Amino acid sequence: MSKDNSFSRKELNSADNELVQNPFAGVDFAELELSLYRPRTLFTIILSCLVTVMTFVALIPLFAVLWMLIWRGGQKLSLALFTELPPAPLEQGGGFGNAIIGTVIMVGLATLITVPLGVLTGVFLAQAQDSKLAGGVRFAAKVLTGFPSILAGVFAYGAVVLAMGGFSAIAGAIALSILMLPTIILTSESAIAMVPAKMKEAAIGIGATSAQTALMVLLPTAMPGILTGIMLAVARAAGETAPLLFTALFSNYWIATNGQVELMPGCPSPIRSNSPGQRRWCLFLSS
Amino acid sequence: MDTEVSRVDSKTNGTTSRPLPAENTDDVVIDCKINELYYGTFKAVRDTQIPIKKNSITAFIGPSGCGKSTVLRCLNRMNDLVRGFRFQGHVKYRGKDIYDRSIDPVAVRRYIGMVFQQPNPFATSIFNNVAFGLRINKFKGSKIEKVEQALKRAALWDEVKDKLNNSGLSLSGGQQQRLCIARAVATDPEVLLMDEPCSALDPIATRKIEELMLELKNRYTIAIVTHNLQQAQRVADKTGFLYVDTTAGGRTGYLVEYGDSKQMFEDPKEKHTQDYIRGEFS
Repeated sequence: MSKDNSFSRKELNSADNELVQNPFAGVDFAELELSLYRPRTLFTIILSCLVTVMTFVALIPLFAVLWMLIWRGGQKLSLALFTELPPAPLEQGGGFGNAIIGTVIMVGLATLITVPLGVLTGVFLAQAQDSKLAGGVRFAAKVLTGFPSILAGVFAYGAVVLAMGGFSAIAGAIALSILMLPTIILTSESAIAMVPAKMKEAAIGIGATSAQTALMVLLPTAMPGILTGIMLAVARAAGETAPLLFTALFSNYWIATNGQVELMPGCPSPIRSNSPGQRRWCLFLSS
Repeated sequence: MDTEVSRVDSKTNGTTSRPLPAENTDDVVIDCKINELYYGTFKAVRDTQIPIKKNSITAFIGPSGCGKSTVLRCLNRMNDLVRGFRFQGHVKYRGKDIYDRSIDPVAVRRYIGMVFQQPNPFATSIFNNVAFGLRINKFKGSKIEKVEQALKRAALWDEVKDKLNNSGLSLSGGQQQRLCIARAVATDPEVLLMDEPCSALDPIATRKIEELMLELKNRYTIAIVTHNLQQAQRVADKTGFLYVDTTAGGRTGYLVEYGDSKQMFEDPKEKHTQDYIRGEFS
């Protein structure tokens, strides 16, 4: 038997005789018990409680916001919220239906621009992995992921708004697409790179050209990953406000149909707006 | 001596008019002569000349790292995918060097198909897997007939005929490998290259694939790489033994002996071959 001094031998009466008869005689099972009297156990329990308490404390702001939203916001939830225009300043009632339509239009346009561009770039990056061009594009995409969104808005202001003469949805869409593009490029590249190489070899072994391999094997197999990337990009773009400050700004009205401003849905008003900003806005959308 | 063959392509609309030969003729379908083969600065293979004869099974055996798969992949230009690949020599398919500048490697692979070690069906339905080759060649005839024919030739039809729309990945390993074989024969290539096709399979599936190879031999020319000497004895007509040469400091493969399988396994001429076959090194 070992002569470890770490075991308590207080309960051991005699010497080796007892050890031979009872092989566990040298082990003090009291040492193995969990008990609050032992400093190690106490320390463990206190720390566990502390960790749990801190977790709850950290969650307090989240729950506070959620509660406020559900309680106060839920009281006002109604269909009118999604179908009506904003009320006049300092009045109650109305809704933000036009904002929803505006988001759908701008994000939709941005998606139409970025998805083909981004996915095809992802295909190129996954296929031509080591060329200098691929390295440069990948670097640029990674840098652009951290691009401040208001700068995208300023860029679109200079490039589109000044050239077109006014705020417009298309300018907003272009600003949003600058922000969506790097995400789509990088996620589609990694989704395509994750297609097992043996599948690509199988396609080439049958005699498929690179284009056929990419379109018929790589893209369909990588589609779930690519769709995830698109959804992430769309979710980001839908929540952006800064790039829209310089490009589409805002409107309190629905989209005008014939140069007239609709103050209420379905009811074109004969009142023409005299403000130049609003006139430009109406003119673009009606053209 | 050239038999009249039409491939599956848009011009002939998929008719195959290849008559089954009455006996094994002596054509050399692929004459592979490699003087030196490099991956970058690494010399992988030297001095290897192997003729692949028509309607026969030629096996490449040898220890690991001796270049068997490299030589096999040369036969249909799959090594083009590897960066830094270059070689001196020629690979003549029916007399024409397929590494000539004027030859399109994609077209070569439609005549010389390949089955890989790990089964690698595409992530689509069984039908689409087999029809893939037909689609890339813009085949205009009845796909369902060709798919059925290919699956029957691969001895898989009975097992999958009522679940053609299930994913190719839902089959067992042996079935997936037979699916890959069906996919390779759907376009009626002339030569089938198989790189250790049974190494990832259990013995029963291996047996089935070996029987399949013996049937396919009548219609196609087959070259296989195998680690399994008994398999080479069972299926191969001709065998080439490659070994590793470490004298120059690197590991360069070369052909030690080539001949009829029976003669190679019963009475090998070279000492390295004798040692390998009798199991002194593997």
